[in-house]
Amino acid sequence: MTTTDTATIRNKLRQFIAETFFIGEGSDDLADADSFMENGVIDSTGILELTSFLEERFEITVEDDDMIPDNLDSIDNLVRYLGSKAV
Amino acid sequence: MDFNENSLRIDAEKEIERICKQMRKQVVNDFHKRGAVIGISGGIDSSVVAALCAKVFGPKRVLGVMMPETDSSPESEKLARILADEYGFETLVESISGGLTGLGCYQRRDEAIKSVFPDFNSNWKAKITIPTSILDKDTFNFFQLNVITDSGERRAKRLPLEAYLQVVAASNLKQRLRMTTLYYHAEKLNWAVIGTGNKDEHMQGFFVKYGDGGADIKPIAHLFKIQVFQLAEQLGVPAEIRERTPTTDTYSDEQTQEEFFFGLDFYRMDMLWYAMENGVPPEKAAEVLDITPEQAKRGYTNIQRKIVATEYLRMPPVEVEI
Repeated sequence: MTTTDTATIRNKLRQFIAETFFIGEGSDDLADADSFMENGVIDSTGILELTSFLEERFEITVEDDDMIPDNLDSIDNLVRYLGSKAV
Repeated sequence: MDFNENSLRIDAEKEIERICKQMRKQVVNDFHKRGAVIGISGGIDSSVVAALCAKVFGPKRVLGVMMPETDSSPESEKLARILADEYGFETLVESISGGLTGLGCYQRRDEAIKSVFPDFNSNWKAKITIPTSILDKDTFNFFQLNVITDSGERRAKRLPLEAYLQVVAASNLKQRLRMTTLYYHAEKLNWAVIGTGNKDEHMQGFFVKYGDGGADIKPIAHLFKIQVFQLAEQLGVPAEIRERTPTTDTYSDEQTQEEFFFGLDFYRMDMLWYAMENGVPPEKAAEVLDITPEQAKRGYTNIQRKIVATEYLRMPPVEVEI
């Protein structure tokens, strides 16, 4: 994954997070390394929304074993996870 | 603090006395109601609450309502009858299957299941589970749909968002219709509806808002499940009820509360929770429970996450501040 690819993925993720979980306002305060769960951004239903987005937008399959905070709980973690899925 | 395997032992006799005193004040003095209506399922929680009500109001001022539906286990009604016989209160059976059919509960739920298993039919059995123990892996809580086909084959798939929401929304009609039925009888008698949720359910959000969460008072919502068992023993709840594995009695396939929601046996969950609440280091909790400190930390995290995520369920309707 090139730097440009990473930046594009990061932007797509940010846009999704902002539109889905903030409904447009307040997402600027969330840093890329911030935990979604600890910051009350998403709950267990939100994780399903996020998973559906990843599968549809990046055409990957999120396996049950992948449903862990190390993969899904921040923008940084998501970028790393998508990189491991060869996106 | 001293944390050991007896940390959740309570003086059940004293606690019963304390609860009964408050129930009487809340129902009779504060609400001006003259008795108690309880949904009884043959489970340990509703049995304990029914026994408490019989003690507070006398059996003649207690009505136990059984509300079976198509997916209910026949065992539930049998146990509920044993309970009513033990404490001498009146019971009623109100089948809610017709009402649920009218509301489209089964049809909407099956439609969602078919989006995951297209060949699903009403002869199959289905249930929802969380697939892993919360101690073994730091995983998010997500749900898996498990089915047994008419030929006995077991299949399981993670529920995608839309199917998950629809299955839950349809299934929650059951608890909401039960609440409506209980309030019918309570209003007709000028009695109160008594909630049966314990602390595990109340604080981790294992209830339906305006469903089984809808009641006038919740006399055991401060007690851990394993403390409810202590009360049951003290109150003389029949052994068949005390020894039954707690189930949800909501889906067609038999489903324990552990596999549906909590992801951990009650003893370890309650002990970990108590330890967390009282600032016991995970290392100490791990030693007492014979698990690793990492598992104790995962337990703390998972319980805390559920409490935070379900805060909305416990809130009354919120008004705009003036």
